[in-house]
Amino acid sequence: MNLEKVIFGFFIVLAATLNFGFFVGEVDNAQHHDIYELFFAIVVSLIATVLKLGDRTQIGAVHLSTSLVADLQLIAAAMVWGYAAHISPDGVTPEMVARIVSLSGGALFANVVSVIILIAETIMQRR
Amino acid sequence: MMPLLRHQSVFFLIMRRMRPPFILLIAIIAISVMGLTLAPGVDENGKTAYLSFFHALYFISYTATTIGFGEIPYAFSDQQRLWVLVCIYLSVIGWAYTVGTVFALLADRNLQQAIRTQSFMRAVRNLREPFYLVCGFGETGRLICDALDRLGFRAVVIEQDETKVGEIELHGYHADIPALCADARNPENLKFAGLTHRSCIGVIALTNDDSANLAIAIAARLLAPKIPALCRAESAETAANMASFGTRHIINPFEKFSEYLALALHAPAAWHLLTWLTGVPGTTMERQRDPPHGEWILCGHGRFGRMLAHVLEREGVPLTIIDRNAPPSAPSARWVQGEGTGAPALEAAGVRRAAGIVAATANDVDNLSTVVTARELNPRLFVILRQNHFANNSLFEAFDYDVNVVPSRIIAHECLAILTTPLLVPFLEDMKRHNEDWCDRLLGRLTDRFGWRVPTVWSERINLSRAPALHRKLMKGATIELRALLKSPSNRDDELACEILLLRRDDDDHVLTPEGDTELRPGDELLLVGTAEAQREFSLLISNDHALVYVLTGTDLPGGWIWERLSRNRAARRETA
Repeated sequence: MNLEKVIFGFFIVLAATLNFGFFVGEVDNAQHHDIYELFFAIVVSLIATVLKLGDRTQIGAVHLSTSLVADLQLIAAAMVWGYAAHISPDGVTPEMVARIVSLSGGALFANVVSVIILIAETIMQRR
Repeated sequence: MMPLLRHQSVFFLIMRRMRPPFILLIAIIAISVMGLTLAPGVDENGKTAYLSFFHALYFISYTATTIGFGEIPYAFSDQQRLWVLVCIYLSVIGWAYTVGTVFALLADRNLQQAIRTQSFMRAVRNLREPFYLVCGFGETGRLICDALDRLGFRAVVIEQDETKVGEIELHGYHADIPALCADARNPENLKFAGLTHRSCIGVIALTNDDSANLAIAIAARLLAPKIPALCRAESAETAANMASFGTRHIINPFEKFSEYLALALHAPAAWHLLTWLTGVPGTTMERQRDPPHGEWILCGHGRFGRMLAHVLEREGVPLTIIDRNAPPSAPSARWVQGEGTGAPALEAAGVRRAAGIVAATANDVDNLSTVVTARELNPRLFVILRQNHFANNSLFEAFDYDVNVVPSRIIAHECLAILTTPLLVPFLEDMKRHNEDWCDRLLGRLTDRFGWRVPTVWSERINLSRAPALHRKLMKGATIELRALLKSPSNRDDELACEILLLRRDDDDHVLTPEGDTELRPGDELLLVGTAEAQREFSLLISNDHALVYVLTGTDLPGGWIWERLSRNRAARRETA
């Protein structure tokens, strides 16, 4: 067992699960989407990205790119939330929630790709 | 396309090393922000209020970066302040760790070397003009780089000693000389330095290690067989080894000097001509005393001493050898065992009646001490002095020697002669076959005209790329004599300050100092000697149609299409009239 692989897999899967947890629920209902879950999804996703930095293999490069996509989508979602809560005059309306959730849905897709690559990589090097 | 090299991983190396600090920073900021959203505060109405993520992130961002605006949006409650206190210290630890890692990374020797290698490779890859690859930047390497720089050639240097590499940067060269601090024995490093680059026009191996020079010669032969390699070899075995796989130019400074000395003994004029033609450009030669015939003393029977002894015996010079060691079982010359630096050994060798002395040991101080003592005993001695280190130059300059043997300088001269004027070597070979009178007359004529300053010696080939104007004219069937060509393109009544030493034709034998009425043919190669200005003017007139026509006929060609048209019409009218 390789500790590095454990940590790496842990963060990738955790990023996906948190993302999924935030995403499920009615798309425009603020009650179904917890802001803390989004926050942790972002943090874990960022850490997963940093873990992939400096990997020179082809598969490492794909990992890094999917991770960057997820980061970008989640941060965009957080920014929309911040805009809705503090700047827009109407506050967090259902439309805004729908935007946030759909952005996080995109990030979820990227995270799923990450997990698939992780699984494929693991299966390839069976020993 | 080059394979991915380990030096291209600088970026990845930095990224890998920066992983832990980045993760720590993210974690610290995440914990701080989360704590801040959980700590209860009080708003202006006295009601309990929590900071939103937006405000919390804003607050932590400016606190962690030590900017610190104050407490927003309301003054903090004590619970919040307690947490902020924790946050401040956490963030300080995070930043300190990150900044520390960055500085440690920048100071890392491996990384610096990787960065330097990478920028060196980029510089070499981007070279578009022809360049020479010089391996070893010792005394010889420095002389060669200086001369190449002055002649307008680019050079790339590989040197193992870091301080010498630093010296290149301090040196004020006209063109940048990319330098790599690496072992030239490694073919990978030679490739980095552009051995396989298409603009590389020569490899010069000058390290003070024969085996390294051999390794470079092999690499050059296998990786870049078309490029000429010039290699220094101080032992006969290395030279033989290099020759066995076809190294084109092997330079052994001691053998070279022995040859020169043999020449000087039986043909002083040829020797003077040779030193004058192959001197370092920009220096002045002096007409030296011819080495006298008579008894000679040789101090030091090492590598150099043995070669000299061989040459002197072949020339039939009576020789006495002084050496610290006992003579071999059958010494070829008279042998005195002792210290050449002391008067007793010199006296025993017969210094008072000797004509010349050679101080040939590998120790500069011993050599100087020997010749100073010998001169005191016999002031008329002809002194040949071996100088091993350039650093001792001032000592040697202070002594009034006749010939100074500096191996590094001999190698440099030889390299430059081979590289810049390929025809010079055949000329010198031919010259040695001529008799003494001929050489003397040629030397007299040339030095009367150009002085004792080392002249510019250059080769020209009459082909489309070097001499387009002249080549076109000759291909049209014009007959042009050499005499007609050596005129100044600014005023054809003035002779160009240069002479033709050698003319070589593909099908013909080469002609030494061709007569003025020799007719040129396309493809001829010329070896010229003269002033630097004459070189510029000559290359102008063989490449520029207007200059050529003016020099040959005295008329200025009209420039531009309209004027050419008009003048052709006028000429046609004149013919019909």
